[in-house]
Amino acid sequence: MATTVHEPPKIEGQRDPSQSHGGFNSGGQDLVPGNLPAVKRYSPPPASTGIWVVLASITMTFAAFTSALIVRQGSALDWRHLTLPNILYVNTLVLFASSFALEMTRRRIRVVAGGLKADSVDASRWLYAALTLGLLFVVGQYIAWAQLRAQGLYLATNPNSSFFYVLTAVHALHVLGGLGGLLRVIRKMGNSTLRKSTLDATAYYWHFMDGLWVYLLVLLWMKL
Amino acid sequence: MHDTAHAHAGQHAAPTSFIRKHVFSLDHKVIGKQYYGLALAAVLIGMFLSWLMRLHLGWTNLAIPGLHLLTKNGAPGDVMTPEFYLQLMTMHATIMVFFVLTTAPFAAFGNYFLPIQVGAEDMPFPHFNMMSFWVTFVAFLVLMSSFFVSDGPTLGGWTQYAPLSAVGQVGGPGEGAGVVLWALSIAIFCVGQLLGSLNFITTTLDMRTRGMSLWRLPLSAWGWFITSVMGLTAFAVLMPACILLILDHVAGTSFFVPANTVMNDQMQPHSGGSTLLWQHLFWFFGHPEVYIAIVPGMGIVSHVLVTNMRKPMLSHRVLVYAMGALAVLSYMVYGHHMFVSGMNPVSSLVFSFPTLVITIPSTIVVLIWMGSLYGAKLRINSASLFALGFISMFIAGGVSGFFLAQPSIDIMLHATYFVVGHFHLVMGVAAMFGIFAGTYFWFPKMYGRMMNETLGKIHFWCSFVGAYAIFMPFHYLGLAGNVRRYQAFAPEYMQPLIPLHKFITIAALFTGAAQLVFVYNLFVSRYKGEPASDNPWQATSLEWSTPTTPPPHNNFGDTLPVVYHDPFQYGVESSTGDYVMQTSPEKASAHDES
Ligand code: HEM
Ligand SMILES: [Cu+2]
Repeated sequence: MATTVHEPPKIEGQRDPSQSHGGFNSGGQDLVPGNLPAVKRYSPPPASTGIWVVLASITMTFAAFTSALIVRQGSALDWRHLTLPNILYVNTLVLFASSFALEMTRRRIRVVAGGLKADSVDASRWLYAALTLGLLFVVGQYIAWAQLRAQGLYLATNPNSSFFYVLTAVHALHVLGGLGGLLRVIRKMGNSTLRKSTLDATAYYWHFMDGLWVYLLVLLWMKL
Repeated sequence: MHDTAHAHAGQHAAPTSFIRKHVFSLDHKVIGKQYYGLALAAVLIGMFLSWLMRLHLGWTNLAIPGLHLLTKNGAPGDVMTPEFYLQLMTMHATIMVFFVLTTAPFAAFGNYFLPIQVGAEDMPFPHFNMMSFWVTFVAFLVLMSSFFVSDGPTLGGWTQYAPLSAVGQVGGPGEGAGVVLWALSIAIFCVGQLLGSLNFITTTLDMRTRGMSLWRLPLSAWGWFITSVMGLTAFAVLMPACILLILDHVAGTSFFVPANTVMNDQMQPHSGGSTLLWQHLFWFFGHPEVYIAIVPGMGIVSHVLVTNMRKPMLSHRVLVYAMGALAVLSYMVYGHHMFVSGMNPVSSLVFSFPTLVITIPSTIVVLIWMGSLYGAKLRINSASLFALGFISMFIAGGVSGFFLAQPSIDIMLHATYFVVGHFHLVMGVAAMFGIFAGTYFWFPKMYGRMMNETLGKIHFWCSFVGAYAIFMPFHYLGLAGNVRRYQAFAPEYMQPLIPLHKFITIAALFTGAAQLVFVYNLFVSRYKGEPASDNPWQATSLEWSTPTTPPPHNNFGDTLPVVYHDPFQYGVESSTGDYVMQTSPEKASAHDES
C-alpha cells in the first residue's frame, strides 16, 4: 500500500458561535480543507439541537401521562364527568398572548459584537410583557385549582380530578421552567451576551408550552 | 476568526479551587470519573447484598454474624426473615440495574470519552452535565437512606409491580416509606439521565471536530449515542410512572390499586386503579433499559476488539445499523415481559413477533464480531479477554431469550430461575464484562498508568469461569420449576435442588472475591502502575492523540484536532507502524470508507 503524505489542511480558528450558524450572518464559512468531503459547514450551536432533544423528551413524558389516562379510564367504572373551570380558557389566551409578546421581542433585536441586543426599549418591554403574561398564566392555573377545590374536587377525589391536577401541575412546572429561561434571556440581553441560538431555543420552548397546553386542554375536555 | 477557543460553546476556563476541580466540576472527564466512582461503590454494595442472599438461599437458617445491624427487625438472631430477604433482593437489583449498569458503561465512560472521541473540548452544556452526576448521586443517597428509615427498604422487586407497590404499609415491611423513597430515587435518577442524554446527543451531533463525519466515529461513540437516544425516551416515561406511584402513596389517589383490593385482611381504600397500567409504563421503560445497559458495552467491546485485532470489523456500518435497529425495536417488544400478566392474549402474539425479530440484529452483531475475529491475530490482554468474555456471555444469555420469546414456552418459564439466568448472563455479566474491558483499555488514558496485566488475567479467568458456574445452573433450576424470588425452597419437589443452590452460593462467594483482585489492581495501579505512554495500544481514535496523558483540561490543548480517517485504519503500512491515527494526514488505506 502506497503511502502518500498529503498537505495538512490549514488549521482554522475554532467554531465561533456568534458568527457561524444560520443566524444573522451565516455563510462565508466554506473552509473545507483539501480532501475532506465530510466537512461541509461548521456545525450549529448546541442549543439549537438541544432544544429539540428537550422537546422530544417532554413529548414522551406527556405521551406517557396520556396513555396512563386512557388505560385508567378503561380499567374501571369510577370515571366521572368533570366540568373544566372556565378560567382555563382565559388562561389559554393569556399564554398565547405571552408567546405573541415573545415573538415581538424577537423581531426587535439586533446583533451587537457577537451578542444580541435590544433594538429599542420596545424590545425589552415586549419581553417583560411575555414574562408577566407567563406568570399570570400560572396564577390563573392556580385559581382554576382553587375553584375545583371549592367544589370539593381534590387530587384524590376521583380519577378524573387526579388526572386534572397531575397534568396541569406538571405542565405548570414546565411553564415555570420556561419563565426561568425568559429571565435568563433578559439577563443575557442586558449585558449583550445573548446568543441567537439561546433566544431561539427559549422561544421554541415557550411556543411549545402553548401547543402542549392546547393539547392538554382538548384531552381533558374530551376525556374528563 | 482567531484561533482561540474562548467563544466555543462547551468551553470553560480550567478551575483552580479544589471544589470546582474535583467536586462540582464542569469537566466531563472529572464527571466521568465521578460516575465511575459511584458505580464502583454501588457495585460493591450490590455484590455484598447478593452474598447475603446467596448465603441464605444455600443455608436457610444460617445466622450471618452482624446481619441485625442492617435492619431493625429483619434479622432476629442474625437469621434473615423472608421479608428481609426480599428487601435485600430489591435493593440488589435496583442498585445494579440503575446505579451500576446504567451509570458505568454509559455515563462514566461516555462522559469521559465521548467528547474526546468526537474531538471536542467538553460537552455543550457542562452545567447540566455536572447536575446530571450530582442528581444521580442524590438519587443513590435517597435509595440507600431507605435502609435506615422506619421498617427498611421496599421488598417489591426492582419491577415494583402494583398493587403491592402502591398499597403502602399494609403490604409489608418497606412498602410504605420504603417504596416512596424508591420511587423518589428513581424519579430523581431519571432527571439525571435525561440531562446526561441531552448532552450526549448534542455532543455527538454538534461538537464533532473538523473531518469527524458520523461515519468516522468509533463504535464506542456510536454505542453511547444510540444509548442516549434510548435513554431520552425511556427515562421520560419512567419518571411519570414514578410520580403516579408516589401520589398513590402520599395523596391517596387510585392510579394503580383496583377497587376492593384486600391486602392482609384489610380492604384497601382505593377505587378502580389499574395494576396493568404500572406494568405497561414500567416495561415501556424496562425493556429499552436493558438495552441501555448493554449497547454501550457493545460499543466498548467493538472498539477494544478493533484495536486488538488490528483490522476493521467485517462491516463497521452494518454493526452501527444493527445497534440502531436494537434501539428502535426495543420499544416494540416490552410486552414480552407481560405474557402471563393477564393482558389480552392477542397482545402476547403481537409482542412475541417483534421479540423474535429483535434477535436478528442481535445475531448480526454477534456474527460480525465472530466473523471479524475469524483469522484475526488478536492481541491477548485483559481488555481483549473481557471483550471476548462479553461476547460469550451475550450469546449464552441471548439463546435463552429465543425460548422466552414464545408465549407458550414462557408460560412455563416465567418467574422462574430460567429468566433470572437469562438476564444475569445477557445483561448483568455481559455488561459488567464490557465495563471491565473498558476499564483495562482506558485506564492508561484516564490515570496515566497501566493496570497490572497478570492480575487482570487472573481476574478475567476467575470471573469467566465463576459467572458460568453461577448462572448456567440457574437455567436448570428454572426448568426444574424453581420459582424466582423465593427465600427458601420448602415444597417437596424443590428439595433435590438445594445442593445445587449450595454450589451456586460457593461459586458466588468465590467469583465475588475475585472481583476484589480487580479493585486492588485499580487502586494500586492508580498510584504505582507502570507509567503509560500517550498511545499504549497503538490505537487510532482521538482519545489517543491528546497532547498529554491524562488529557489536559480542554482535551486537546490549543487547537482542536482535524480528522482525516476512519477510526479503523489498522493492518496498513504507515510511518507509525501498522495503523494510521485519525488525526494523521497520511493516506494509507485500502479500506478507507470515507
Ligand atoms: C436475544 C434477544 C432476547 C430475547 C428474545 C429476550 C426475551 C426475553 C423475554 C421474553 C423475557 C421475559 C421472560 C419472563 O419474564 O417470563 C426476558 C426477560 C428479560 N430479559 Fe431478555 N431477551 C433478549 C435479550 C436480552 C438482552 C440483550 C437483555 C439485556 C441486556 C435482556 C434482559 C432481560 C431482563 C433484565 C429480563 C427480565 C426482567 C425481569 O423480569 O426482572 N434480554 N427476555
Ligand atoms: Cu425485554
